[in-house]
Amino acid sequence: MSDTATITASPQGKKRRSWTFTIGAAIVGLHLLIGLMTLIWTPFDPAAMSGGRLEGASLTHLAGTDRLGRDLFSLIMIGSRIALTVGCGAIVIGGLIGITIGLLAAFASRTLDDILAAGLDILIAFPTLLLAMLIVAASDGASLETAIVAIGVANSAIVARLTRILTKRVLSMDYITAARISGTSWIGVVWIHILPNIWPTLLVNLALQFGLAVIAEASLSYLGLGAPPPNASWGRLLQEAQATVYSAPLGAIAPGIALVSLVIGINLLADGLRDLADPTRRSRR
Amino acid sequence: MTDLLKIDGLTIQTGGKSLVADLSLSIAGGERLGLIGESGSGKSLTALAAIGLLPDALKASGSVLLDGKQVVGARDRDLVPLRGTTAATVFQEPLTALDPLVKIGRQVGEAVKRRAKRDGRATDKASIAKEVLALLDQVALPDPQRIIDAWPHEISGGQRQRAAIAMALACKPKLLIADEPTTALDVTTQAEILALLARLVRERDMALLFISHDLPVVAGAVDRVVVMQHGRIVESGPVSDVFRQPHHPYTQSLVAAARAFDDALEIAG
Amino acid sequence: MSLIDVRNVSFSYTRQRKTLHDVSLTLEKGRNLGIVGESGSGKTTLLRILLGLNRPTTGDVSFEGKRLDPRNREFMRRFRCGVQAVFQDPYSSLDPRQRVFDIIAEPLRSLGIEGDRRTAVMQAMSAVGLTADAAERYPHEFSGGQRQRIAIARAIVSRPDVILADEVVSALDLSTRIRIVELLKDLSQTTTFVLVSHDLSLVSSLCEDVIILERGHIVESGKTRDILANPSHAYTRTLLASIPRMPV
Repeated sequence: MSDTATITASPQGKKRRSWTFTIGAAIVGLHLLIGLMTLIWTPFDPAAMSGGRLEGASLTHLAGTDRLGRDLFSLIMIGSRIALTVGCGAIVIGGLIGITIGLLAAFASRTLDDILAAGLDILIAFPTLLLAMLIVAASDGASLETAIVAIGVANSAIVARLTRILTKRVLSMDYITAARISGTSWIGVVWIHILPNIWPTLLVNLALQFGLAVIAEASLSYLGLGAPPPNASWGRLLQEAQATVYSAPLGAIAPGIALVSLVIGINLLADGLRDLADPTRRSRR
Repeated sequence: MTDLLKIDGLTIQTGGKSLVADLSLSIAGGERLGLIGESGSGKSLTALAAIGLLPDALKASGSVLLDGKQVVGARDRDLVPLRGTTAATVFQEPLTALDPLVKIGRQVGEAVKRRAKRDGRATDKASIAKEVLALLDQVALPDPQRIIDAWPHEISGGQRQRAAIAMALACKPKLLIADEPTTALDVTTQAEILALLARLVRERDMALLFISHDLPVVAGAVDRVVVMQHGRIVESGPVSDVFRQPHHPYTQSLVAAARAFDDALEIAG
Repeated sequence: MSLIDVRNVSFSYTRQRKTLHDVSLTLEKGRNLGIVGESGSGKTTLLRILLGLNRPTTGDVSFEGKRLDPRNREFMRRFRCGVQAVFQDPYSSLDPRQRVFDIIAEPLRSLGIEGDRRTAVMQAMSAVGLTADAAERYPHEFSGGQRQRIAIARAIVSRPDVILADEVVSALDLSTRIRIVELLKDLSQTTTFVLVSHDLSLVSSLCEDVIILERGHIVESGKTRDILANPSHAYTRTLLASIPRMPV
């Protein structure tokens, strides 16, 4: 730790972007592009019979047709949109609720913190599916919104717990004391010091939660608790293909591949984000 | 007398950068050597290299003979018998050197048992317990019966450092490596630990490699010093010579800094 | 003129044990005060009370003759402008996510101090010996000594009357340490320092007055010169004797 000129700049010029980020971004970007495209165009009308029943893959029907003769590829494309919508919605809800509760718990008195922590542990122990069923039961029936809310609330508990731990760690640092001595208000401390410091870890976690939300949505739809028809969720496609999985396996394989590829893409993206979000890591390379 | 530790042309590199360059030093049995350097000087890396505990990312070359055995390039498995029996280490932060989930008595006991097994002596509970008690007594821990049953967090920093020293002594090493052993301690505790180390080294005729950035502390603990800067040795010699008439400008600046603090006490007093 | 007055302050975290017993001290403008104690002496608690972060269980702390009162916001703002701090660990005291400029400017922003911010920050930086190009960097690009300079720049930017320094050099190397001490000496021409430390030699090189704390009690206090020459309490004598010296 010599005091002399250690000011030599770190080699920040050459930024080697991690390959995980690039591949992840490419996969997620492709799904996003396809999802957006379905708003204006799909190869076939997803609701109409466009071919024979349970056709195999062909140049016209890239993923074959389902038992009603609808084009599976068009349905899977729409599935991308639904999956991303649910993922984004769930992350926004889970993030907002979770970060707020986590910050509150970290700042709260000992007793309140204990109560909140216990509450979070109970919520985490609750399976997302059970929670979703309760929310669906409490509302007017299954819809895209109930699925988003259910997954979002389930996510929020995990986000809250992480936020609480990360915030407590930051609160124990001397720069927080220094900020208070400098007259910075608690709200200022949160905005200036806490959020920027917990953000990278939180972001990575949110990205991973996004992947889990996509899977959760497929499970809910599979059980009929997700988006009702005509929303072509991958989970529902899988469920519909179940009866004919031996005669027409493509009906299950194709949406399965779509689902897995998106989740892998998101996880890779999450990994890559970790490095990009942290200035100390960035310049240490 | 042959050298207990003989380092010859040691170079430690990582990613093409030299952290330690062409370093040579030796310690004879019973000799006390101080390794002085500031952070980043490579003094702690040298100590790790001496017992073959360098992290994998660092490449060592040159020669390190510990009790006649080559350490550089040796397999970890071959070095295990050397650690503890030939050389034992005491670190700066006693809280991290002790396992927080194991009581002091058992931690020291484990070390005693290892040594007893190697020597083919009895490893029954009673004889181990007796030796642990004797060790804690030697490092002057007050009320050793209570300390044996205490968790590491229940005793003070100075007591933890004494316990860590007791563990290091359990294997009856010929060389004790002390890496900034008093930096984390209070002044009065530091004085006690230094006195303890001096007594133990004398009584057991151990060699001592004392690593520190603190000149006055080193001055009282060793006979000979080696001063390191940026991974290289810039000066070496008997304590009295180096501290009275430093030749290298870097040593001169260090000595001047240390004297300035001493003078502050004198002028005021 | 007395800047800070501490009158009969006691403090306890738990009901069973008192951390500070009936501590009184006066900080005079232009006379640096050393608070010397080892771990468990209550020196950190005393520091937090002096900073208004903890309130004494009994007793009073006043600044410029007026009692500290968290509800009096205008007075607390004045107090925050007038009393700043530097901490021991230069790694945990700087926010890793902020550029040096923003770190140093934080008191100006939070306390709403008028004037050109950039000029004030640049002045503080040059006063502690940092070059202007440091402003756009992040803390991790600096060594421990440089980081401590950044922390000192943050403390002086609001032109405070008092800076409380908690073991500011004990995490630093010897040669760095002496340079930071020189810097503090320079700065104490305009600012009064309270130096909390276990190191008597550091305190004696910077402070006119000293108090010795042992287990929450002030065992000795007065002019540094007098106490070092004639320590009256046994603990002070032990403390003095424990300091390792260079061979003559």
